[in-house]
Amino acid sequence: MNLNQIMTDLSYFIPEMMLTVILLMVIVFDLFQKAETSIRAGYLALGGLALVTLSLVGQDVSTPTGIFSNMLAVDGFGRYIKLVVTIGAMLVMWMSFNSNELKERRVGEYYVLILTLVLGMFFLASATHLLSIYIALEMVSIMSYLLSGYLKEQMRSNEASIKYVVFGAFSSGILLYGFSLLYGLTGSADIVEIQAALAAGTISPALMLLILVLVLVGFGYKIAAVPFHFWTPDVYEGAPAPITAFLSVAPKAAGFAIIIRFFNVAFSNAGNPNLEAWTALENMNWQAVIGVLSVLSMTVGNVVALQQTNIKRMLAYSSIAHAGYMLLGVVVADQTGIAAILYYAAIYMLMNLGAFFVAIHIKNAFDTEDIEDYQSLGYKAPVLGVLMAIFMFSLTGLPPTGGFVAKFYLFRALIEYGDQYFWLALIGLVNGVISLYYYMRVVKAMYFGKMELPGSVHNAPLNVTILLVILALPLLFGWMIGDPLSAYAQDAVQFFIK
Amino acid sequence: MDQLNSYLILSAILFSLGLYTVVTRRNAVAILMGVELILNAANINFVAFSKFVTHSLDGHLISVFIIMLAAAEAAVALAIVLNLYNDRRHINVDEANALKQ
Repeated sequence: MNLNQIMTDLSYFIPEMMLTVILLMVIVFDLFQKAETSIRAGYLALGGLALVTLSLVGQDVSTPTGIFSNMLAVDGFGRYIKLVVTIGAMLVMWMSFNSNELKERRVGEYYVLILTLVLGMFFLASATHLLSIYIALEMVSIMSYLLSGYLKEQMRSNEASIKYVVFGAFSSGILLYGFSLLYGLTGSADIVEIQAALAAGTISPALMLLILVLVLVGFGYKIAAVPFHFWTPDVYEGAPAPITAFLSVAPKAAGFAIIIRFFNVAFSNAGNPNLEAWTALENMNWQAVIGVLSVLSMTVGNVVALQQTNIKRMLAYSSIAHAGYMLLGVVVADQTGIAAILYYAAIYMLMNLGAFFVAIHIKNAFDTEDIEDYQSLGYKAPVLGVLMAIFMFSLTGLPPTGGFVAKFYLFRALIEYGDQYFWLALIGLVNGVISLYYYMRVVKAMYFGKMELPGSVHNAPLNVTILLVILALPLLFGWMIGDPLSAYAQDAVQFFIK
Repeated sequence: MDQLNSYLILSAILFSLGLYTVVTRRNAVAILMGVELILNAANINFVAFSKFVTHSLDGHLISVFIIMLAAAEAAVALAIVLNLYNDRRHINVDEANALKQ
């Protein structure tokens, strides 16, 4: 590792460096703003993220490379997740400009925290070393605690934050203990070398199971999978609504990135040259464990969501269920499975952000988060009603929306893998039917509830409508034009393996 | 090797004590202290494995980073606890139930 090597590595690190510079610029810029003009820091942050997106798109990932002594990897998989995260952050910032919760307060540091969170997720999407995984995870977690408690004079926000920090610190401690055992048993902290040591098969199955459980606690908490989901509903309800939308999408995508990278590389036979296809490690049956987690997440998420009356809380449980669907793809972490998860992550970002943004606007305009109060909204605000219906159809997974195509790819990956996971696909389908009930309850309230025809029609501000249409169009028409996203997701499945 | 075992037993005891503290305490600060115990158990593991098994500096390096991050996390967590106290005049986690279950 000499200076030339570092300079070469830095050339692979341009998006992250740009993000860091923008972050520092926003901090300094914010110093010169009064509270009422501090929103300008947000505009600067949004512009900066647009530049980062461009540099990500232009990044050359044709040959996966390890940088900084293989602490981080630059590959197609990481770049895809980074793009999802950056675009999600830009959409959330756009909606934050319109949120009443953030009006009349100093918001400069709010945007700085979002940018730092994005930087943490960049690292998480590319970490290949136990140390870099832990640092990235903590970076994401600490920023999430701060953001969920951002409305510090509100009791709900404080409570969300304290619950998040207690659960988060606890599960990252457990994860770290698992990492320390993994390090001692394999003699290395690099996930590729760990894979080689594990594949040698000298470690007893009981210890392997212990490590698997400890690691799953840490990662499962990040993606809010059952049974590590207890913080989710409270945090999602109490945090500022744009942050809830962001937390339900971006850290989840980054959490899936690290799960996939970790399990696909460390707990597999990836390094064995005698094997043609990818297989999981023989002496550790993690596929079944993840399958059980996935069934639990889908079922608990959907069944509890049935009883919710608050829209944010309902979407929180629905996000737990969606984590379950995406875990189906982790069970078969081969080429098709991972491509299906990547596709799902992008579609899920669009439809979930859309649903949250409509909820935020309705809270702004009608001051309610209660699904009951959505009565005849379809007539009071026709444009919002139609858009919300599209997002709900897509979250359910009804054709012809993007949500249907995404679920279809996941189930296809399961069935193609072989007969042993057919039952998982069946349970997933049954869960889709359960979720129909509570998503359609929103649509029913909007269109078929007690009729009270309004005197005047409410319309959202133009920029909110544009934002929502941008989210809805790919869901409706994306797959009709040859599905470019699916091809892009398939190309993105390439990992850095030494 | 015996020496390694005694370190591992020490860290396992610390880990269990930390777990016990987190599960049984109601006070937010006490829970955070339990988390610190868990983190330090991991630290002992890393340093012991580094000295007796891998003979490299990796483990030492990781434990230094963990100490740093634990401090950052504690700072944020205590600020949040302070917020909760300003709001409610107590810091009991199980009484923070304004959000409906």
